[in-house]
Amino acid sequence: MKKVEAIIKPFKLDEVKESLSSIGVQGLTVSEVKGFGRQKGHTELYRGAEYVVDFLPKVKLEIIVKDDMVSQVVEAITKAAKTGRIGDGKIFVQSIDEVVRIRTGERGPDAI
Amino acid sequence: MQRKWMSGAVAVAGFVSGSLLMAGRVLAEEAPKIDTGDTAWMLTSSALVLMMTAPGLALFYGGLVRSKNGLATIMQSFVLMALISVQWVLYGYTLAFGPDHGHLIGGLDWLGLNGVGGDPNPDYAATIPHQAFMIYQCMFAIITPALITGAIAERMKFSAFLLFSILWATIVYDPMAHWVWGKGGWMGTNGGMGALDFAGGTVVHISSGISALAAALVMGKRLGYPHEPMPPHNLVFSVVGAAMLWVGWFGFNAGSALSSGALATSAFVATNTATGAAALSWLYAEWATRGKPTVLGAASGAVAGLVAITPASGYVGPVSSIIIGGIAGVVCFGACNLKSRLGYDDSLDVVGVHCVGGTTGAILTGLFASKAVNPAGADGLLFGNPAQLGIQLVGVGVTLVYCFVVALVLLKFVDAVVGLRVDEDAEVAGLDLSQHGETAYTA
Repeated sequence: MKKVEAIIKPFKLDEVKESLSSIGVQGLTVSEVKGFGRQKGHTELYRGAEYVVDFLPKVKLEIIVKDDMVSQVVEAITKAAKTGRIGDGKIFVQSIDEVVRIRTGERGPDAI
Repeated sequence: MQRKWMSGAVAVAGFVSGSLLMAGRVLAEEAPKIDTGDTAWMLTSSALVLMMTAPGLALFYGGLVRSKNGLATIMQSFVLMALISVQWVLYGYTLAFGPDHGHLIGGLDWLGLNGVGGDPNPDYAATIPHQAFMIYQCMFAIITPALITGAIAERMKFSAFLLFSILWATIVYDPMAHWVWGKGGWMGTNGGMGALDFAGGTVVHISSGISALAAALVMGKRLGYPHEPMPPHNLVFSVVGAAMLWVGWFGFNAGSALSSGALATSAFVATNTATGAAALSWLYAEWATRGKPTVLGAASGAVAGLVAITPASGYVGPVSSIIIGGIAGVVCFGACNLKSRLGYDDSLDVVGVHCVGGTTGAILTGLFASKAVNPAGADGLLFGNPAQLGIQLVGVGVTLVYCFVVALVLLKFVDAVVGLRVDEDAEVAGLDLSQHGETAYTA
């Protein structure tokens, strides 16, 4: 089992969600985060004070999938989230040791 | 038939007009009569000025601080409404407006509003109940210390704030109000040297503005200032607050006519016009020097205009108002930008807007005042009376010195008794939690 973690531009969330739905992904977790890579921030002005804001708002998706789904999921996210401009984001794939469904107590790939 | 009708009509007309003439003569000999129009306007103005403190100033300041200090900042304005309302009734009003002692302070004749009732007091306002004048003035006494809170935002102990405020109200505000507006007060037009201050340029803005400077200097900078970013947490609040200040200020300035009529109207017009001009000039200065016109800039410019027109509002015409507002916008913009170079942490620019704006307004009143607008005022330098400018400068100078020195002493005293600042942990956690045990935003 793998966790696919993706940092994407916030406005791309709906598109990515649709794209994942269409390949059969049934659940995901989304959080609002901020960060930066090579994309520069912006300057804000409040009366005499000027602030350089490095962090940009992003959205993080976490999806747990069976091993054989990983490459489809990565491709689906990439196609939907891409704009071609700096700041599109990154995808990380990790191994997951155990998955448990709380309601029924199921474990392993069936619990995904 | 027709002739009988006509002669009957003439007889009735003669009887009615004769009666009215007699009644007029009788009334002229009685005490000043309450005018319901004036009273309605003065009570409305009182409500408008109270609204300026909360939600007006409360939201304006509340939105400018970080979210962890939002409630505490609002609380400072709100609690002053409570504190000064009671202080005013108990002894503040009598000190400020009571029968004069040495041109410096009122007596205690009206302690607990003893003798302040429904009959007008012609020394102040002949056509409204004395209590209406009193409650109107109460709202000014409330908002003045509230203005200072901007300078010490995000780091003052609540207990210290309460103690300082009550002392400042008693030893700075009440005497100043007496000097400028009290009958026999040495500074103003009510038996004094004739400084023109229609609605409180010196009494409210310069006094609070320079006291704010003293406070910022004594309290020191916020932890992390100026390196840590501390942007406003909710500019929507601030703009809503500023808009309420603009609307409420019609009560502040036009209400200072103490009557409903031509003078209140001209003060209303002057207020609105100067404010518009100031907002535009601040926006222009900002756009030209920093590249973008900000919403905070528009709101700040408007407030600067409102401050500057305050002393002038009952003495100047509409075109003069545009010039006064236009100058105030640019001057206050400059003053606020200068702050970072001077190094003190006047968190919400009370000095740049209220002290500098009030001083600018008081001086420009000395230029633009015209008896054609208000015969009870005076002409300024541009209308052939250069002496007025000198009088204005004396008023401004004395206000600056007195308020700064007394504020400094009071701050040191409060620091010794209670301690002015919260400790580091409390400041980092935020005043909402540390002083009040509350969070504004639980989501």
